[in-house]
Amino acid sequence: MEERELVIIGGGPSGMTAAIYGKRAGLDVVLLEKSSTGGQILITSEVENWPGEKMISGPDLGNKFREHAEHLGCEIRKATVTGLEPGEGRHVIRTNVGDISAKAVIISTGAAFRRVGCKGEAELTGAGVSYCAVCDGSFYVDEEVAVIGGGNTAVEEACYLTKFASKVYVVHRRDKFRADRMACARAANNPKIVPVWDSVVESINGDELVEGITVKNVKTNELTDIPLAGVFVFVGTVPVLGWLDDKLLDRAEGGWIKTGTRMQTSIPGIFAAGDVRDTPLRQVVTAAGDGAMAAMSAEHWITTGDITKAF
Amino acid sequence: MLEINKDNYETEVAQSAMPVVVDFWGPQCGPCLALMPEVEKLAAELDGKVKVCKVNIADGNRRLCINLKVMSVPTFLFVKGGEILDRLSGEEVNIEAIKAKANALL
Repeated sequence: MEERELVIIGGGPSGMTAAIYGKRAGLDVVLLEKSSTGGQILITSEVENWPGEKMISGPDLGNKFREHAEHLGCEIRKATVTGLEPGEGRHVIRTNVGDISAKAVIISTGAAFRRVGCKGEAELTGAGVSYCAVCDGSFYVDEEVAVIGGGNTAVEEACYLTKFASKVYVVHRRDKFRADRMACARAANNPKIVPVWDSVVESINGDELVEGITVKNVKTNELTDIPLAGVFVFVGTVPVLGWLDDKLLDRAEGGWIKTGTRMQTSIPGIFAAGDVRDTPLRQVVTAAGDGAMAAMSAEHWITTGDITKAF
Repeated sequence: MLEINKDNYETEVAQSAMPVVVDFWGPQCGPCLALMPEVEKLAAELDGKVKVCKVNIADGNRRLCINLKVMSVPTFLFVKGGEILDRLSGEEVNIEAIKAKANALL
């Protein structure tokens, strides 16, 4: 079986930062990615809170991360991980292109968008239901669309969509957004944004293409039909852990992996970093920070078998 | 890879004697751009058997997309004898799935 020092599972901001720190610490590193590196920023229109870049497109930032890791000689392999078997001293990572035995593992598989789960959502995905404003915004020039959700992603992407759409409804189950103040102020000052407060989407309607949505006011139970051409869903995320045995690592509510401050999981030698772990803030910058910490912990674990001392 | 637009869709795709795979992409679409090199490789592999071509949605092709019920990228259409037999979009899109559906056209 192939033997490596550090295997990183997932090539988003946390995984690629872990690769950079791992390589600089002199470790033999392989990063496994099932599709394309970048993670969720691949479908993010504009990143405005990565220090040093006032505004950068998500895909461009993701490319920079990959170029940086590759510049340091990190191997990035296209592989789908199907399981993890912990052992004494070494852990086995099962993939579709062969198994790897590693001294340390960093799980950085991230999070994926949550679905609304309403009628019409699955049937009309790709036909007016979208989870990526930057990919699909240009289909809706002078059309009316809805964004579902009220967090930062929802409000920021709603503002982005006003570049194309004539009107952007933002359907949120509360009476104010959860997004940060700057995003809320921007939305409030944008005449194309129309909040639909205290409301949930009952169904997305349309035959072959989206023609409208039915929303329910959660206070009055009143149902309203809104005709529109597109629906963008930003109602939070779920951890990408379908490949991992549910009982292997301690998890928090929602399935997020519990970690200590050194990114250690409940099994020595297995670390978690970024959005996949139980954390109160899921941002590119926090993911990157986690990746650095996890790589340094992995390095300490491999060389000393102890992660409690200062690095 | 052959570029398809509203003017040549009919001749190059709908009336093509060879089965066709159409890759709908956009210059702002991260997943599309990341996938493109692999699609180009596949196009070379299938040369002479399946025509693999692409539509830039941002290049005046919005109406063509809407007529084909394509409202999201990446989307792949699998066409044979002028009929859209299959499609892939959103999270279903990966090179293995595209390859499998392309081979199913043969």
